[in-house]
Amino acid sequence: MSLTLTALIGSITVFVLAIFLGFELISKVPPTLHTPLMSGANAISGITIVGALILSNATFDGTETSFAAILAFLALIMATINVVGGFMVTNRMLEMIAGKKRKGGN
Amino acid sequence: MVDPVVWDVGYLLSASMFIVGIKRLSSPRTAPSGNRLGAQGMLLAVIITLLKMQSEGIIGWELIVAGLAIGSVIGYIMATRVEMTGMPELVALFNGFGGAASALVGLSEALKRISDGVPDPGVELYATWTAIGLSALVGWITLSGSLMAMMKLKGGFYVPFSKKDDRGRSRWISFPTWGPPWLNWVKASLLLASLALIILTIQNPEDKTYVYSLVATSTLLGVLFVLPIGGADMPVVVSLLNSLSGIAAAFTGFVIGNNVLIIAGSMVGAAGLILTFIMCKAMNRELFDVLFKAFGGSGEKDQLTRTKVGSDPEEVAMVLDGAQKVIVVPGYGMAVSQSQHAVKEFADLMESFDCEVLYAIHPVAGRMPGHMNVLLAEANVPYEKLIEMDDINSEFPECDVALVIGANDTTNPAARTNEGPLAGMPILDVDKSSVVVIIKRSLSVGYAGVDNDLFYMDKTMMLFGDGKKMMNELNSAIKEL
Repeated sequence: MSLTLTALIGSITVFVLAIFLGFELISKVPPTLHTPLMSGANAISGITIVGALILSNATFDGTETSFAAILAFLALIMATINVVGGFMVTNRMLEMIAGKKRKGGN
Repeated sequence: MVDPVVWDVGYLLSASMFIVGIKRLSSPRTAPSGNRLGAQGMLLAVIITLLKMQSEGIIGWELIVAGLAIGSVIGYIMATRVEMTGMPELVALFNGFGGAASALVGLSEALKRISDGVPDPGVELYATWTAIGLSALVGWITLSGSLMAMMKLKGGFYVPFSKKDDRGRSRWISFPTWGPPWLNWVKASLLLASLALIILTIQNPEDKTYVYSLVATSTLLGVLFVLPIGGADMPVVVSLLNSLSGIAAAFTGFVIGNNVLIIAGSMVGAAGLILTFIMCKAMNRELFDVLFKAFGGSGEKDQLTRTKVGSDPEEVAMVLDGAQKVIVVPGYGMAVSQSQHAVKEFADLMESFDCEVLYAIHPVAGRMPGHMNVLLAEANVPYEKLIEMDDINSEFPECDVALVIGANDTTNPAARTNEGPLAGMPILDVDKSSVVVIIKRSLSVGYAGVDNDLFYMDKTMMLFGDGKKMMNELNSAIKEL
């Protein structure tokens, strides 16, 4: 895998545009949703799970690469905790806030 | 062999789901679907990655399956077992895991590349090593900073195996907040040192020592970054760290050359930063002051010289008898004592006497925005009775009794003056109601370390004690009327 300048510029373009998108994405958030939004966004930043998966594609063979594989394995566990726990806990919060709201409206 | 374009299209779809998911999370009606959409996008990204790896020839499934299984079980247990009061700490902890995962992926890729043979100087070397360095810097700061934030949100910890006191508790050590002005220079030098180390890794890509030194300086930087910040500002810090964990994921995307990481990471980074500003605004604080001026709970609290005689629940019940309008002001004390159900029972009792009960929610009540809403929702309090600060402040003058449960700084009239750490923070105008009842363990100062004049006013009745115990006593006193 060799990286060309064109590909790099392409990635940087994506990076910069996504930052602008993020800035524009949320403008008004009621305080009630600050914590769920933070928690949900945090779960999404667990996307690094993709990188951890790719690097966990290894076996312990006692060579030098084993240490790298151990690190990737740890990364995979942590990223999975972040993703699974993050979305579930956000869901729990939202169920309490929004679920009750619907009942209250009746 | 599947055309690689298929994977890229799949990742694009998953990134779009994240974008719409975040957008939906920022509005109450669509928030649950936004969260589900984000989770589905994540599942899609994982499935695509696994399929892609399968089609490209997989070496070993063991690590992958084990890692996913262990992580899912731990995440599931933590998310379902946590008490609602512990939610902010858990968010901080998950955030730390996310940052650590990004940092570890970067480190793992760096070690792998070093053992596979470093590329010749050129675009690939410079770009990849810069990305590895930056993802390490941001990722390790996120990890150590989030762990610090978690400890600060807890306020301290019990020392295991220490001698138990007469109430059967281990020794409690509260977590320090410490930051002389010169610490900022230390932080700046550490940051510069880290950047220099990144440049050194690019110049000497084979040398692992620089990579490990960078891990050390970044971790220390994260600790020092959060150390001087007081507990009341912790939500802002967690939000900022959340933004950083997104940025770390984006840099990791550059390391492994994957666009979905770059899109999701940088978008979360930017959206998290905006959320940080929104939260600062709600507290009327500048982000710069929060981060670089040590504030709140700095140890040197005012010695209390004034005293106030406590009331008893019967006395308060008599005052409540015949009240037409009561506003409940919950704070962190309600969360700690788990008294939300007792509060709901109180409201039901009062409503049975034709008294209107509303709840005043300060934007930073508790330890996280929305903390009180979640707790009260758990106790089945109707959503429309929770009124936000700007809307309820005009109602205090016509309210008979304001019942403050474990809130302090958010009601402190000192914030209206231009002096002290609370200066300018918007507060709930509790002092304008006819009678103020405050349930609190003592007269001690809040996180900001400022004495509260509200406690000493003639119309204030203090109920000293644990929130839940006091609420239950108050409820039985009302029933006996």
